[in-house]
Amino acid sequence: MRNAFADELTKLGDEDSRVVMLSGDIGNRLFDKFKAKHSARFFNCGVAEANMMGVAAGMAMNGLRPVAYTITPFITTRCLEQIRTDVCYHEAPVTIVAVGAGLAYAGLGPTHHACEDIAFLRSLPNMVVICPGDSFEVRAALRASLQQDNPVYIRLGKKGEPVVHKGPLADFAIGKAITIARGGDVCLLSTGNMLPEAVDAAHELAKQGISTELVSFHTVKPLDQCCLADVFARFPLVVTIEEHSRIGGFGAAVAEWLVDTGFTPRRFIRFGTPDAFFKQSGEQEFAREALGLSAHQIAATITTALRQG
Amino acid sequence: MNAIIRASSNRIDAAALERQAALLRGKIIEMSHAAQAAHLASSLSCADIVSAAYWHVLNIDPREPKHPLRDRFILSKGHAAAALYAALAMRGFFPVEELDTYCADGGRLAEHPPANLLPGVEAATGSLGHGLPLGCGMALSGRIKGESFRIFALLSDGENNEGSVWEAAMFAAAQRLENVCVVVDYNKWQATARSNETLMLAPLADKWTAFGWDAREIDGHDVGALAEAMQRVPNGSGKPVALIAHTVKGKGVSFMEDDNNWHYRAPTSEEVVKARKELGLA
Repeated sequence: MRNAFADELTKLGDEDSRVVMLSGDIGNRLFDKFKAKHSARFFNCGVAEANMMGVAAGMAMNGLRPVAYTITPFITTRCLEQIRTDVCYHEAPVTIVAVGAGLAYAGLGPTHHACEDIAFLRSLPNMVVICPGDSFEVRAALRASLQQDNPVYIRLGKKGEPVVHKGPLADFAIGKAITIARGGDVCLLSTGNMLPEAVDAAHELAKQGISTELVSFHTVKPLDQCCLADVFARFPLVVTIEEHSRIGGFGAAVAEWLVDTGFTPRRFIRFGTPDAFFKQSGEQEFAREALGLSAHQIAATITTALRQG
Repeated sequence: MNAIIRASSNRIDAAALERQAALLRGKIIEMSHAAQAAHLASSLSCADIVSAAYWHVLNIDPREPKHPLRDRFILSKGHAAAALYAALAMRGFFPVEELDTYCADGGRLAEHPPANLLPGVEAATGSLGHGLPLGCGMALSGRIKGESFRIFALLSDGENNEGSVWEAAMFAAAQRLENVCVVVDYNKWQATARSNETLMLAPLADKWTAFGWDAREIDGHDVGALAEAMQRVPNGSGKPVALIAHTVKGKGVSFMEDDNNWHYRAPTSEEVVKARKELGLA
């Protein structure tokens, strides 16, 4: 996702002279092409995220389209007040791009984990929250973000994730979920970097004869209410899948929607991380397994739930 | 650039600016009384700085408050909103009568300046340490777009406690934002204590110098000197400019000066009369 972001950003920088790149002293060599082509529109803002976010807001208030980028906790919780007050309150069209969603940087420890960011950012007025599921969604989300006027938060995984979509997403729209596979027994609503895991879970379920619908629910705010109304009406079991705390994340947003609309789901399961820091060393795959978020574990939980009726 | 006008010619009329500052103080005191709102002393301490800016320095046009080439004045110490509102109204950005709605239910003049609501307010402030980063972003947008304007950010001394101020100070120096000017309203008090007994600011000008700024100390109540120093931005040093303005909290009213109770207290009607008399407005 990371390299797709840098590549698409360079293209957007070519097309739109308002696009400015702000980095929090990360992405060594990642932005070389952008810098080479648009040196006057690239700023390494150093390890000073509060200032970076304020600078981005000041630029956006004066007609530019800044993209501010660093590792997830540092560009969300570290400078949350600047996001809230400078960006959201002023309705400044800043695109905040975070790398290392959820447990993508599991090995770096809880300082670098990000399982609370969706909760914080989706509660901010005017903020759009997008969690792309693969590199094509990253490109489309970035492009869509820079073509509208709201602050946007784009939550990237890391680099080298499996690509799920077959090609560029010409029909991508913020707030419109993408149905990847049709099914009848269970519907998987996946957001962000869990999409490849959801794809694998769907395959496992298919092997067991369970017809699975798979949706990439890339935009957590605003929610695609049409999609939700449709799948909760059609399926006996709907699950949400995210690499984020079950408190305040995507699944929580869907639960809020259910309560607020008076919709009674037949069965609803939320996959996410627990209310705890993950302190063990080890990479993302290990962490997902330890927290029950691997494809086979998701599939097993769903199979059990369906058997129970 | 035709649309942009200054309130005065380049010649500094110190006596006229002093009179303007007295009128501004009188209005601030009336507003504080009417609304029984806090932060009167903070507003009075920066009244000369605000007067120099709005009646001499700034390239602004009240008829075109969003003109892309306007100078930006950011009241980073947003708790002095009364001073900003009064200056904007008296300069014609909105009717002076609207000052009567300061802090009133349903109005536009809240205790801290709002975002995207009131003509002339460049940024919503009130949380300290935000104005300078915003100003740096505005300065860079001007550089990128080839627009020439200046940014003035008025900070309180207590605001210098905030780490984001120093993040922005280093950033502005690295980017050589010579069209950015910080004015610190150095009244030696913060909300509940002496500034230098809270977090050590002194030597404050040396700190800004060490952070790569062209910093100097100035009498924050010499409105002519303030106007001259601010008007010289950018001053040819190639650096952003910091004016450490020595001020007295509650300046202009003998019974408010350097008495930190007036950070939160609002005057009675008798005190308003007395204060206006001292300001030569009675």
